[in-house]
Amino acid sequence: MDIFLQQVINGLTLGAVYAVVALGYTMVYGIIQLINFAHGEVVMIGAMVALTVINALAKSGLSPVTVVLAGTGCAIPVCMLVGYAMERLAYRPLRRAPRLAPLITAIGVSIILQHLALLVWSRNVLAFPQIVDLRVFHVAGARISNVQLAIIVVCVAMMAGLAVLVYRTRLGAAMRATAQNPQVAGLMGIDIDRVIAATFAIGAALAAVAGVMVGTYYGVAQYTMGSILGLKAFSAAVLGGIGNVPGAMLGGVLMGVVEALGAGYIGSFTDLCRYGWLARLIGERCADGGHFVLFGSNYQDVFAFAVLILVLVLRPSGLLGERVGERA
Amino acid sequence: MLAINLRTTLLAAVTAMGLAACGEGKKPEPKAQAEAPAQPTLEIKIGHVAPLTGSIAHLGKDNENGARLAIEQANAAHIMIGGKLAHFVLLAEDDQADPKVATTVAQKLVDEKVAGVDGHLNSGTTIPASAIYHQAGIPMITGSATNPQLTEQGFDNVFRVVGRDDQQGPAIASYLAATEKPKVVAVIDDATAYGEGLANEVEKTLKGEGIQVLAREKGTDKTTDWMAVLTRIKGEKPDAVFYGGMDATAGPLIKQGKELGIKAIFAFGDGACTEEMHKLAGAAAEGMLCSQAGIPPQAASKAFLDAYKARFHMDPILYAPFTYDAANLMIEAMKQAGSPEPAKYLPFLHKISYEGATGKIEFDAKGDRKNAEITIFTMKNGKIDPIAVVKAGKTMPYEEFLKGTAGGAGQAPQK
Repeated sequence: MDIFLQQVINGLTLGAVYAVVALGYTMVYGIIQLINFAHGEVVMIGAMVALTVINALAKSGLSPVTVVLAGTGCAIPVCMLVGYAMERLAYRPLRRAPRLAPLITAIGVSIILQHLALLVWSRNVLAFPQIVDLRVFHVAGARISNVQLAIIVVCVAMMAGLAVLVYRTRLGAAMRATAQNPQVAGLMGIDIDRVIAATFAIGAALAAVAGVMVGTYYGVAQYTMGSILGLKAFSAAVLGGIGNVPGAMLGGVLMGVVEALGAGYIGSFTDLCRYGWLARLIGERCADGGHFVLFGSNYQDVFAFAVLILVLVLRPSGLLGERVGERA
Repeated sequence: MLAINLRTTLLAAVTAMGLAACGEGKKPEPKAQAEAPAQPTLEIKIGHVAPLTGSIAHLGKDNENGARLAIEQANAAHIMIGGKLAHFVLLAEDDQADPKVATTVAQKLVDEKVAGVDGHLNSGTTIPASAIYHQAGIPMITGSATNPQLTEQGFDNVFRVVGRDDQQGPAIASYLAATEKPKVVAVIDDATAYGEGLANEVEKTLKGEGIQVLAREKGTDKTTDWMAVLTRIKGEKPDAVFYGGMDATAGPLIKQGKELGIKAIFAFGDGACTEEMHKLAGAAAEGMLCSQAGIPPQAASKAFLDAYKARFHMDPILYAPFTYDAANLMIEAMKQAGSPEPAKYLPFLHKISYEGATGKIEFDAKGDRKNAEITIFTMKNGKIDPIAVVKAGKTMPYEEFLKGTAGGAGQAPQK
């Protein structure tokens, strides 16, 4: 049971990060129906900028929390700038083009950002300096570290903040109006270009924080780290219903937990030696405590995409997704 | 997925265009060059392949440096081969640790008519590439691919100057069994030819010692999230954890393992036997065990260490002494044969007896090095520290080994 609880805690930590990244996908999709495949790279750039700053300050004698905050504080504006720049330079000129054009541009932007990062930060796996002293709390037999706790708390706070922004402020109202119908919103006096740019910048700021968290959690960063993380967060956004803000949060958390539990238990469930008649069939490999595992935990990444496919087949609009008719 | 597929396709298309252009444009040139100089010089191309991009690029560059040093020294020594002044050219290629890229690069080197290949680094890339070199009859010597399968293919052009996993695996496993006396061991691998091969050998040896081995867990060569796997393992309370994989994934693994409170001793193969582990995992890496096929770089000959440091302003990381020896072996065989023609100098490689930076090198019938040593290390104060050497099934403490080979390869360890 404590193992199960531990897996759930691992999953929640991971899921909180997915949720924050997924928000970036879903907000952009909600407003201009573009899947911004370069969003994962923004996470990577956030991690890299923070890593550079933290490395520079690691020996300055400042308290670890201050150093991490300084790293995050530098990563956020840089990522916002990147987010704004890609909207302004790559997507805005294509806003009236067929939908495939910006999609392919997004892939191009993703490649460009990755290779820029390669030039700046080299191709090596970079170590995130271990400056935060690890403290571990015991909860019903499972362990939760202060880093995990901080990740979950920060993610929840950011999601709450975003919810307030979207549903309680003038900018949020403008965003929702633009999402519903850009032409009409424009006619009502909303500066659509500004709203869209703001959406990209906000998504990028969230991504920056997610990047710092992933970096400190795993202790490593590399220029390729954004692509798989981005794809999983995108899957999470689709799972929750792309374009839907609460859906992205739910989808992210679910995705994290499914992945952790899946990776944790698939090995047990596909160990053929557990099943009497199969074990007899296999024979000697199962003798005295042997194992014949069909799928190991290296299939972890498959879960995210299996979930994505299942959702697309069974409920294309996602868990909380709006019916398509509403938009038409 | 879409992004990745599209990217590979684009890359492939661009590469194909580039290759086509090169193929047509460059062919006439070498002839013109060869006829021009009055003094009879012989240009000999030697290929080197290792990942120069990706997570183990630092190891790839280290390998390349070893080969480059050998070539530069040979050029400086004005070696005469068959009465002509030999000029060696190193073609350093990047296989990205990817088997698909490795075969493309191998074909490229074959088309460039290299006289021999020093490489590749990974087993997963060396094995498919070796078939291409075999077809072309080009000798290849790897300084770091340790998967046994490489020399079990019956290819007469394939050599390795480093130990095999079926020597390395048993060595680290029997050391673990003898010194730590674990009852339950968890074995994890990264699902590559190298990691899985090594893990299999470790598991076999541990079981032979009567130690219980848990169901194999797997990651990939890009896994950084080991939490799920480790949590699962933690429930089984192992005394030791062995991981077959490279340092880029092993660092996060040991860090997360310690965070989860796994009290087991962590052991690794040579891929994770680097000081990068300290950078990646910090204090969590202290006390880990690991093995390296061959002898540690700092136990290579002093002449090599000094030359390497002078040329590259750093110490060799891992396999540079072996790729250095590999290049020198080819040059030596060419000297003996009096020809850089692969078919002419290949027989001399088979019967060579050469005193290299890593000690005496002779090959057995399969192309494996005779009596290859395996060294066991531990992480101490952020440095990997050799503690024992296993040779021909016998374990001896490192200090003793150094004394035993005084005057040979291990003359003066730097650290």
